[in-house]
Amino acid sequence: MLDDFMVRAALAGIGVAFAAAPLGCFVVWRRMAYFGDATAHAAILGVALSLAFSMSIFVGTMTVALLMALVVNVLSGQGYAMDTLLGVLAHSALAFGLVAVSFISGVRIDLMAYLFGDILAVSRLDLSIIWGGAALVVALIGWRWSALLTSTLNKDLAYASGIKPKREQLVLTVALAITVAVAIKVVGVLLIAAMLIIPAAAARPLSRTPEGMAIAAGLIGILSAIIGLRAAYVLDTPAGPSIVCVAAITFVATSILKGLGHQR
Amino acid sequence: MSLIQVEDLTVRYGASTALSGVSLHVEPGEIVTIVGPNGSGKTSLLRAIIGAVKPVKGRVVQESGVKIGYVPQNLHIDETLPITVSRFLKLPSNVEAADISYALTRAGVPDLAKAQLSQLSGGQFQRVLLARAIIGNPDLLLLDEATQGLDQRGSASFYQQIETVRQNTGCAILMISHELHVVMSASDRVICLNGHVCCEGTPAVVASAPEYRALFGTGTGGALALYRHKHDHSHDHGDHNHDHTEAAK
Repeated sequence: MLDDFMVRAALAGIGVAFAAAPLGCFVVWRRMAYFGDATAHAAILGVALSLAFSMSIFVGTMTVALLMALVVNVLSGQGYAMDTLLGVLAHSALAFGLVAVSFISGVRIDLMAYLFGDILAVSRLDLSIIWGGAALVVALIGWRWSALLTSTLNKDLAYASGIKPKREQLVLTVALAITVAVAIKVVGVLLIAAMLIIPAAAARPLSRTPEGMAIAAGLIGILSAIIGLRAAYVLDTPAGPSIVCVAAITFVATSILKGLGHQR
Repeated sequence: MSLIQVEDLTVRYGASTALSGVSLHVEPGEIVTIVGPNGSGKTSLLRAIIGAVKPVKGRVVQESGVKIGYVPQNLHIDETLPITVSRFLKLPSNVEAADISYALTRAGVPDLAKAQLSQLSGGQFQRVLLARAIIGNPDLLLLDEATQGLDQRGSASFYQQIETVRQNTGCAILMISHELHVVMSASDRVICLNGHVCCEGTPAVVASAPEYRALFGTGTGGALALYRHKHDHSHDHGDHNHDHTEAAK
């Protein structure tokens, strides 16, 4: 069954949607939408470094994404607004990454493949990395769920319950770094943020509790992956963007549903 | 022994000093109110007690096993986060449904368990925060301007609710308030803060202290009048009469 590239692609998409759902909810709730972009841009530097030192792309992107997460965690709350900080880090990492790529001689790399991903070329090894990473992220978020939720609602309420908001933020940024690193092959740098935010945003009108929203986001993400891949196969469109398009259409649909609900 | 003891606390944010050498204590069952002008370090004091800011000097000692309930100032719930009142009361650790409805009843909002947090009115929201704070049967309630944004009727009835909670549970209360007339009638002890402790004592003592007069001026004479109201119940103060009846409801 795993010999079929479409099956591997679907499993890869489902894996990413699975990890992105709970994480994407926190990204939406904490207004960190730009964080996904920033980590993803930084991952380009990771790709360049992996090629320069001939190590696996996954290790390179993971290292840079984790470094990025740590730097953001340390610098946040030191007089810079989060969006400024992320802007500085994202674009400088991207610029350094592109410059670094140009130094690598003899290797012609297809940057487009990293910008948009290539879900149809997912190997068995990629698949195990994606599912391993996704399981790790979901376990991490599940373990810290209540503490993360409390610190998202209000930092002082968290302190009063003996929770350290800064530590929870680190858990979140590390989980985000892992997700970006495993998802880069599937949807690429440009569309990772979309997989984080769009299913979560589409799930919002359908939900009454945080847990409900995370589950709904997961289902929307998984459906988008399956339907998007199918559409790409039938219509001969690029796979990653097709998945995101389905998610976006779902977002529009749930927004309209919500609008109708309000009119009643 | 005191429930909590704050010893020689100094808190700085960068170069500016929010609190210097503040000491205070809260005994079981008493209501202590902190008053002071804006920027006098009231919120910093409560945040230091819950561990949200690290003091550069001094310490906060809690009697072992003391449970603290905290009602923050002005909590904004983002509409992107869907959460029901009962789910909110289960954060960060799960509690029985019966305890939730009991806490909501004691806070005066028994019917809100299934409501969305972001759709509550200001008064309902403050009561839900109060319910969350009392859910673990705390020995000490910390209230940081819990009636901010409520109108006079709303805040008077909120303080009434707090008084009821104290009568039922016997917990001590340490609160920050701007509403001097309520403070003066409801507190056992008042601490006047302005970076340091200016003066403290019973409401009558503080109200007549020159340090307090210097901070709040003579315009607060009404507060003292109201405080006396409570004891002599002579309703001949005209203007303040209405305030008093609101507060006493």
